[in-house]
Amino acid sequence: MDLGPYLLLASLEGAVMASVLALTAVGLSLVFGVMRVVNIAHGEFYMLGAVIAWYVAHWMGGHPALGFAVALVVAPLLVGLLAAAADMTILKRVEYDPERTIVATIGLLYIIQQLTLMGYGPEARPVEPPFNTRLAIPWLEFKDGALAMYWPWGLSTTSYKLAVIGAAAAVLAGVWLMMTRTRIGLVMRATQADREMALAFGIPVERVYAIVFGIGAGLAALAAVLIVPIQQAHYLMGAEPLLLAFIVVIIGGLGSLPGTVVAAILIGLSDGIISVFFSPTLAKILATLLVGLVLVFRPQGLFGTRSA
Amino acid sequence: MTKTPNTANTISRRAALTGIAAGAASLPLWARYTNAQTAEPLKLGFQVHRTGIGSAYGRWYGRTTEAAVKIINDGGGINGRMVEVVAEDDGTDPRRGAEVLEKFANQHGCDLAFGTLFSHVVIGSAPRAGELKLPYFVVSEGHHVASGALNRYTLQPGITDVKSQVKAMAPYVAENLGKKVTMIFPDFAFGHDHRDFFTAAIEEQGGEVLEQIAIPPAETSFTKYFPKIPRETEVVYHVMVGPAVLTFVKELGEFFGPSRPAMFGFIDSLEAVDIGSPGLEFLEGTYFWEGMCRDAQPDQSEHEKTYRAAVGVDDHGASISDPTDVSTYAHMFGCWETLHVIKEGMETSGYSGPADRAKLIEAVEAMGAMPESLAHPQGDKIFNGKTHQVFGHQNISRVEGGKLVRVHRTSIEDTLYPDEVDYTTQSF
Repeated sequence: MDLGPYLLLASLEGAVMASVLALTAVGLSLVFGVMRVVNIAHGEFYMLGAVIAWYVAHWMGGHPALGFAVALVVAPLLVGLLAAAADMTILKRVEYDPERTIVATIGLLYIIQQLTLMGYGPEARPVEPPFNTRLAIPWLEFKDGALAMYWPWGLSTTSYKLAVIGAAAAVLAGVWLMMTRTRIGLVMRATQADREMALAFGIPVERVYAIVFGIGAGLAALAAVLIVPIQQAHYLMGAEPLLLAFIVVIIGGLGSLPGTVVAAILIGLSDGIISVFFSPTLAKILATLLVGLVLVFRPQGLFGTRSA
Repeated sequence: MTKTPNTANTISRRAALTGIAAGAASLPLWARYTNAQTAEPLKLGFQVHRTGIGSAYGRWYGRTTEAAVKIINDGGGINGRMVEVVAEDDGTDPRRGAEVLEKFANQHGCDLAFGTLFSHVVIGSAPRAGELKLPYFVVSEGHHVASGALNRYTLQPGITDVKSQVKAMAPYVAENLGKKVTMIFPDFAFGHDHRDFFTAAIEEQGGEVLEQIAIPPAETSFTKYFPKIPRETEVVYHVMVGPAVLTFVKELGEFFGPSRPAMFGFIDSLEAVDIGSPGLEFLEGTYFWEGMCRDAQPDQSEHEKTYRAAVGVDDHGASISDPTDVSTYAHMFGCWETLHVIKEGMETSGYSGPADRAKLIEAVEAMGAMPESLAHPQGDKIFNGKTHQVFGHQNISRVEGGKLVRVHRTSIEDTLYPDEVDYTTQSF
């Protein structure tokens, strides 16, 4: 394949990855930023979203779009409720102590993963996309001095992949609006800025924590519902997004929404392009190297603000 | 049997009396196994990929093993003793695999171990089997047994290896599909076997491999690899494993769209996957290697019919109780045949316990021809005692109307290659 079409294809693939990554990482960043809590179980909430999507699509039957649409609502809601419950029953009891929270969420990770293995089983199961048309992409080349259009072999995407990119952008815009324009967003930002002061002003910080933890997990579940028609629901699928989401959050800056999105695009696209031209291992090496450099030279992240 | 502590002078009179009383009370239990081990069941350690990337295979290897053991026990067991399977999950992980073998040998007191599929687990476990002097019957397809990389305690009598499979496939591919091949394979031992042996085999046929595309085993998205397929490719040769196989094949179809080259795949790319899944329509007219044909062929033997029914598989290769639960039909017969080889080996060697492990291995090494029977429903085979590897017929199927229809069955001679090792010269 020529370099131009090749690069376009790699970028398209990278963009799909970046959108899913952005959704997952924004959830993690929100929890990280507002609650100062490292949620190791974040990847498992992502996996649960995919598994619930499979169950919903399986039970609904009928047209694939119907099951998918219901899953889009039900999966984030259920996962969000579960996460909020986990916050109230576990994280609150360990008083959000950083070390104990890490241990508690590692425990949560294994509980969710193994319960899924026991109930759902070890299979990878597909969810049918609501629509999926192959779109061939034309390319321009100079032929006899004139610009001519042609369709290179393999240069294509699917309507569903484009829809995933669009949906992710819409959800991210929604999260941004929620954070900046709504009362709950204001309360979250107040809690993030100063927990004690927020308490003094009568903000129910504990309830805010439960809501934030729920929304964070719900965003991961939503990302998984979007990706599951492309990949399949599998009980081990949470490991990779967790790692990448952490990388994105560290590079982007704690609790910074624009930083997270920029870092997700950076990591997603570079992973797509580098693994196409060189090797997927090199893409991971470079991402980890970038994390190291950011931690050394700009510990608050590219867009983060220095805070106590 | 029990170790007597040499601290007799410190034991009080009461403790000594209690001990003697306890010993006396358990006397009736001692009589249970008095007539040697004839009544005690044989314990076969089943190293199974219950979780991890091999879990779909593990599930069906488990069902096949269960069915084979039931048939063996219903027929009176082995040497008059019942067979008991001790299953341990290895998580499809090499390190865990070696630990599982240790558990079999030291904790469960198993007579032998069997059943591993994924080649990295086999390679990780086999040295431990050799150290433990535990016969290790793998069902893996990898060439590592016959290559001489393992040891005398590791045998593969129930399934053929990749080298012989691809050697038999290359002439058909070159004659009927094309000579310019691009290979896509997983980036670990099993995939490397495909890469090395098919490249050599197709060159022997006057063809060439244009590009070798290795994909990391844990990869979940594949489109980004496909642009490496050169434009002049006539045949795409694909083999993939793991939970993402359906994504792999679907994205392959989406990549090519209406103008795909000829395709030859190993059914591994679609094991445990319904060939009628949405997005796989483009596979119509493509070719697959199958160890055993998933869709019942018109000339299916009576033995295979009995085998299918015993394992619980319908004529389309799916579970009788759940048509969406598709089997790993092209591989799992290996467990059935391996267990029958173990039975025959134990019977000819008069196996009575772990002291006879060497005799069992010698008996299997001496087996040679294995005629088609209920013990070998996939077809007749020849076991090479020197390389510890079995050889048999291979099938090529074409997708026609959503079914895999066999178009070619190779002879055993097509699959033979010169010996690379003589394990019988190694001491036990």
